[in-house]
Amino acid sequence: MLRTRSRRTAAHTTRVPAHTTRLTPLAVAVAVAVLVVAALFGLLIGPGELAGNRVLAEILAQLTGGLSPLSEAEAAVVWQLRAPRVLLAALVGAALAGAGAAFQGVFRNPLADPYLLGAGAGAGMAVTALVVFAPAVTAWSLGPVGPLPLAAFAGALLGVGLSWMLGRSAGGAGTAGLLLAGVAVTAFLTAIQTFVQQLDTDTLQQVYTWTLGGLNITGWTDVWLALPYVAFAGIVLVASARLLDLLTLGDAEATSLGVRPGRIRLAVLSAASLATAAAVSVSGLIGFVGIVVPHLVRLLAGASYRVIVPLSLLGGSAFVIMADIVARTIMPGELPLGVVTAFAGAPFFALVLRTNRERLS
Amino acid sequence: MTATQAATALSLHDVSAGYGAEPVVTHVSLEARRGRWLAIVGPNGAGKSTVLKAVAGLVPRRGTVLLDGTDTGRLPRKDLARRIGYAPQNPALPERLTVTDYVLLGRAPHLGTLARESASDVSVVEDALTRLDLHELAGRRLGTLSGGEAQRAVLARVLVQRTPLLLLDEPTTGLDIGHAQTLLERLDQLRREDETTVVTTLHDLTIAAQYADELVLIDRGGVVAAGTPSQVLTTERLREHYAADVEVLTTAGGNPVVVPVRPAGTR
Repeated sequence: MLRTRSRRTAAHTTRVPAHTTRLTPLAVAVAVAVLVVAALFGLLIGPGELAGNRVLAEILAQLTGGLSPLSEAEAAVVWQLRAPRVLLAALVGAALAGAGAAFQGVFRNPLADPYLLGAGAGAGMAVTALVVFAPAVTAWSLGPVGPLPLAAFAGALLGVGLSWMLGRSAGGAGTAGLLLAGVAVTAFLTAIQTFVQQLDTDTLQQVYTWTLGGLNITGWTDVWLALPYVAFAGIVLVASARLLDLLTLGDAEATSLGVRPGRIRLAVLSAASLATAAAVSVSGLIGFVGIVVPHLVRLLAGASYRVIVPLSLLGGSAFVIMADIVARTIMPGELPLGVVTAFAGAPFFALVLRTNRERLS
Repeated sequence: MTATQAATALSLHDVSAGYGAEPVVTHVSLEARRGRWLAIVGPNGAGKSTVLKAVAGLVPRRGTVLLDGTDTGRLPRKDLARRIGYAPQNPALPERLTVTDYVLLGRAPHLGTLARESASDVSVVEDALTRLDLHELAGRRLGTLSGGEAQRAVLARVLVQRTPLLLLDEPTTGLDIGHAQTLLERLDQLRREDETTVVTTLHDLTIAAQYADELVLIDRGGVVAAGTPSQVLTTERLREHYAADVEVLTTAGGNPVVVPVRPAGTR
């Protein structure tokens, strides 16, 4: 009996080596629990008279197939306003935090964020141009998708595409050229945006509001719009995590280990940029999520991308859901979501950095 | 088997390599025998590192590099990585990665693109950690290691590639004489146990003469001498190619020792 047990223990230790940074069931459980609690609060809390315990009863009724305790109008608040908003917040958070982690891995730079290659500036330029030059178009209904998200999505991809082409022609396959190209493209597209904006200051408010980010949606359309991109990117990034770890060794060593850094970068940046474009198109520019969440995960759970990527996806979701709760309840009307993520994220981040000082050094 | 009878493991024929229009090394031909230690020596900027990178396929090159008779230019990247282990002079050491995480990355050539490490990969890693006395440090972050410990971790990462050829660019960079000796002794032991062919660049000529079976002296991108340490390290040659005032002495054991001297009367 004893012998069997010790043999089993030995077999176990050879399968899962000690001292490797791997996703433990506990870490996943904690992240999922935080996400579920955040989502639950997202459904329970909101402006209006609807009491939390009645929403809870409604959720239980829906789960068990029981009788809904809510009126039709109240049920619509829960399932057509709050639920899609919570889900969209989750998707946007996962996209930005996952993309941020990926960008930091590819560029081996802790300050890299999803907007680094011009996704944000491209989207901003496209939205501004549309609002200023073709205000009539913004009211069009192109099937289920509005023109502004489409313009933002196209603009984001345009920005990243320009950076990629410029980086390839300037710096070859390395990351330095791409990084500088991203800076140049961002500056250029922002200049265009500002110029276009100055042509028509009447629309300043509309563009400004979009720039600060928000999830002011009704119904599920935006959720279905963003879901495929975020899901695709999430799968690609999680699958590429070991390759991202290899990239941290630098191109020469990664190449000597039989992988092709250029191809990994192309795959990872494409997936991350697609997710970023999807997030930008439905929520505008939400800063800080792509930096703060991956870094928190790094500090709390370890430095391997096999941990950072999946936990950033989950943590980003929870973070943006919670930030959005604050954004829609803290004052009458709404606070821009980007303001909340920065306002809440920065001090919290500073606190975690402080308590983990020795781990950083 | 004596040194002269060992089969050729690696041979370079007329290799030129480097970035840009002007190659850093030109028309280099050399051979390394199976299970032996070849040290590439030469003054700063001679092209020692570039020769290693050319063999590893990390810089554009012309000419032929044969590994056990196979033209490495025709091998897919991953096959090459199963045959050649390479460590640069200043390897990137992501400071928050644990030693085990880091060493495990060395198994990449044996894994499918999206695969995870199997139990056998893990046992290869544990074996390497044991052989290099890294077990106690397995959970430490790379950023907390001393210079000697870090170099051992790098060696372990290359070792788990399980390649018949190791290319190590200045493996003792930053180590004091004692730590350098310890590391080179370990490397020599691994070489003998696994019958691995080892090619290193080494800037310390006396050390190189003690550990390497053969030396290749490179200057201005070309081979200027090759052979046993006592054949290559002569006073005249070192004065010429290093522009240095040195004296080559010989120990009782027959090893050449390179001693710097100052002209008489300057002190």
